[in-house]
Amino acid sequence: MRIECPICGSRDRREFYYQGAAVALDRPAPDAGDAVWDVYLHLRDNPAGETRDLWQHEGGCGAWLVVTRDTVTHAISAVELASDVKRAMA
Amino acid sequence: MRIAGRGMIDRRKPVSFTFDGRRYSGFAGDTVASALLANGQRLMGRSFKYHRPRGVLTAGSEEPNALVTTGVGPASEPNVRATTQEIYEGLAVRSQNAWPSLDFDVMAVNDLASPYLGAGFYYKTFMWPRRFWERVYEPVIRRAAGLGALSGQPNADAYEKAYAFCDLLVIGAGPTGLMAALAAGRAGADVILADEDAVMGGRLNAESEIVEGQPGQAWAAEVVAELAAMDNVRLMPRTTVTGAYDGGMFGALERVNQHRARRGTGAPLECFWRIAAKQSILAAGALERPVAFANNDRPGIMMAGAVRVYLNRWGVAPGKQVAVFGNNDDAHRTARELAAAGVHVAALIDCREGVRVQGAAYPVLSGAQVCNASGRKELEAVTIRTASGEHKIQADCLAISGGWNPSVHLTCHLNGRPTWNADIQAFVPTPGAVPGMRAAGACNGVFSTRGCFVAGLEAATAALEALGRKPVAINFPEAEDAAYKLEPLWAVAGKGRAWLDFQNDVCVKDVAQAAAENFRSVEHMKRYTTQGMAPDQGKNSNVTALAVLADATGRGIAETGTTTFRPPYTPVSIAAMGAGGQGKGFAPERFTTSHAASLAMKAPMVEAGLWYRPSYFPRGQERHWRQSCDREVGFVRNAVGICDVSTLGKIDIQGPDAAKLLDLVYVNTFSSLKVGKVRYGLMLREDGFVMDDGTCARLGDQHYLMTTTTGAAGQVMRHLEFVTQCLHPEWQVHVISVTDHWAQFAVAGPKSRDLLNGLLDAPIDNASFPFMACGAVQLGGVEARLFRISFSGEHAYEIAVPARYGAALFDLLVARAEAMGGGAYGMEALNVLRLEKGHLTHAEIDGRATAGDVGMEAMVSDAKDCIGKTMSERPGLRDPKRGQLVGLRPVGAVKQLTAGAFLFAPGDEAIRENAQGHTSSVGFSPDIGTFIGLGFVTRGRQRHGERLRMVDHLREIEAEVEICAPVFVDPEGGRARG
Ligand SMILES: [Zn+2]
Repeated sequence: MRIECPICGSRDRREFYYQGAAVALDRPAPDAGDAVWDVYLHLRDNPAGETRDLWQHEGGCGAWLVVTRDTVTHAISAVELASDVKRAMA
Repeated sequence: MRIAGRGMIDRRKPVSFTFDGRRYSGFAGDTVASALLANGQRLMGRSFKYHRPRGVLTAGSEEPNALVTTGVGPASEPNVRATTQEIYEGLAVRSQNAWPSLDFDVMAVNDLASPYLGAGFYYKTFMWPRRFWERVYEPVIRRAAGLGALSGQPNADAYEKAYAFCDLLVIGAGPTGLMAALAAGRAGADVILADEDAVMGGRLNAESEIVEGQPGQAWAAEVVAELAAMDNVRLMPRTTVTGAYDGGMFGALERVNQHRARRGTGAPLECFWRIAAKQSILAAGALERPVAFANNDRPGIMMAGAVRVYLNRWGVAPGKQVAVFGNNDDAHRTARELAAAGVHVAALIDCREGVRVQGAAYPVLSGAQVCNASGRKELEAVTIRTASGEHKIQADCLAISGGWNPSVHLTCHLNGRPTWNADIQAFVPTPGAVPGMRAAGACNGVFSTRGCFVAGLEAATAALEALGRKPVAINFPEAEDAAYKLEPLWAVAGKGRAWLDFQNDVCVKDVAQAAAENFRSVEHMKRYTTQGMAPDQGKNSNVTALAVLADATGRGIAETGTTTFRPPYTPVSIAAMGAGGQGKGFAPERFTTSHAASLAMKAPMVEAGLWYRPSYFPRGQERHWRQSCDREVGFVRNAVGICDVSTLGKIDIQGPDAAKLLDLVYVNTFSSLKVGKVRYGLMLREDGFVMDDGTCARLGDQHYLMTTTTGAAGQVMRHLEFVTQCLHPEWQVHVISVTDHWAQFAVAGPKSRDLLNGLLDAPIDNASFPFMACGAVQLGGVEARLFRISFSGEHAYEIAVPARYGAALFDLLVARAEAMGGGAYGMEALNVLRLEKGHLTHAEIDGRATAGDVGMEAMVSDAKDCIGKTMSERPGLRDPKRGQLVGLRPVGAVKQLTAGAFLFAPGDEAIRENAQGHTSSVGFSPDIGTFIGLGFVTRGRQRHGERLRMVDHLREIEAEVEICAPVFVDPEGGRARG
């Protein structure tokens, strides 16, 4: 498996640290309530298909990435800088 | 027996080697199997279960029988296929699975017991009593069964792993692969051509066909030479592509030096490659399959295609009187070529009716089958069944062909299933099963040489198009284009054991029995019979076994389906996959700048993550580590001690929003910290549990230096990157690890300031440098940083210098400390000192502790949000029944405490349900004069003075303890401020 880091180019997956769902970008306000925080921290979809994950290019440039991939075919359809994705959410 | 004028061996270069101690001679270019056959040695192994005598069946990596051990001692390697191992001068080869000798094997008694040893025997027999499973049955079964054995000594050979990249990976260098590589190479693509054989050419080297007016072998050599001359083509002979993985990745094993006497030279024996290919062409060829009949495993019975390989590639006739048996035209080719080479063909037996051969120099029996074979250690005769009955003919070799199975394996590694093709009675790859891969030629069911050339060119053209490259025109070589016709024949009817899986000793009746016992699914049949579960993974038997199962269950073969194909295609040694990971290579070592000095002082080193730190510094008469540790604790409490603390994580944080970042990641506030001051901080995970703790110094208005624990440095750094990139990319703040850039030493004890004032260019005092102050200082002209912080609770400092001055400064500090009645201290003393003060390590903040558990909930600022704050307010994390940090001291007869022990109320039974808490860290305190400990006890803070029973079930230690405050020395903290 290889991931196309927007900064470093195509790299072996061993250079990357896997975090989990990209939901982590969407940190709730402190007073958002238990249900919202529960969803943010614990409830995860388990899709057979497209998923968006956070990876860090820890053995490279250090950039956090949002990787869109298919859990059935393992095909990676997009790799974005997490900072760009977060800015676009604002 | 050698045939003059044939073969690709160098007859001017004899090579001698040994087999079971006996000396044999072959030629350069021979494999162990070809050289042994040339010498008339046909018995090469004993079978796995029944210890049946076995000869070589094939001429390739799929060989099930001729597995041998090469080399001696630590250099020995078991289960090497004699068909692929090239001989070299002095090579020592031993047979396997036979005792006392290959010729006379006592375990062959298993063969007589075979009526009791069929499929399911182990499952049914070794059931009871249960206690016999591990003690009796398993050792006995393991000794009786099995193939080669490991030497039991450490592997002294070097292995490598490496990455390679290309536009196009061509797997297999037969007619298809050569043509594909040629077309892609001429078009300028970056090509890797990998082939498991030492000589590229595949079946072109195995046949005597004419290609473009010259022998196929010569044509292949020409193409290989042209490819070798291209800068954009990389040839990888002796390299098996073993697996296809996601994103165009492939695993490949190169046997770099397995063909040479290279032990002890340091050169790698094997290299495991990871190849990243934009496109790939599978040109892996096909494997011929046997026909099952009674005693079809006799030495001398071989694949018909393999007989041609021995004849044409190595100039070896595998027998003097060869019978040929098949269900297709390819068998005829073997008979023809043997006769042309002057080998006596006893008969050509074709199961198809109405087959005629014009001008054959041997008897042709059409509509006939071979139904039995005789001769225990060597084939003597075969029994032929025709319409008119059965008769025997003399033969010392039987060449057999049941048709060809395309090598679809790699197309199935990403979960793909092959498709049944009734025309060739075999499975072919399902297109698109591996993205970017095209299967072409024989592995795609195309069997003529010309057909393979066409397929190779087409696949290359399509791959070039996908790569955005223009193909160049290629002149098409003339070659045979014979049709491939066969009539399915899987197993000849009859009594007696007819072998399917030679390597695991599975017979037709075993598959039939599995079906009868309702193991009808192919995956169940496989596991019940062990069909295809040997190292060869059933390469020449799986399809036939499926056909037998289909027949037994009344289903079609396509409907019965295949089992799952998994990497590796051929066995890969763990040593190659783990290359670089042996011994010290398993984990890199990180050394501090004082490492050499610590070793010179004879300090035993302990691992802290990847770091190595001194445990203690033994002196003179000390016979026990505790004596050294107690003395070193005394240095710090009474004089001055020196300890290297460089391994703690140091993260430099700069920018206008640095304070915002720290306020978010720490529970307490850092924006209010004054420049020149240090503050202790506690960090939570978002789920509310403690992540790490440490100090953070404000070096400038927009400049902080954070320290982390040694173990959590990487995690904290990643966390800060997460917060700055994923949560607040709008903040102007940068973080960088400077752990390795600074050497940092604790100077701790009442005389610490005196020591430092002897070294600093400008002296300090309590007013200019109070507790928790920090700032730049100069030390002999070197810019240094000084922090007045204390892990020991004493008046203490940490001084940091650029790492290049670390070694010199450590020596200097230790010398000065020794002159003042102190000296270096190690991890043991450091731990006791912090225990006496109740300071935390990851033994306490173990991922389950909250700020409240460790008594720090008051630090959590009400005035701001922080990571983990919301979730730390969950009821479960605020439960007063949670374990709270306490001190523990022994009060009963047993004075020893242990870490990880459970705590119980005095009258309670010591079982999990009654546990009131546990001990997290313990140590002997020379200041208190007893063991002291830290631990967590439910409602512990309200229970000071209560007594509990400590039970360490593992070490079988019990002690009575009293709960106390988790600070044993100087509870007011006056010493650190003095
Ligand atoms: Zn990167």
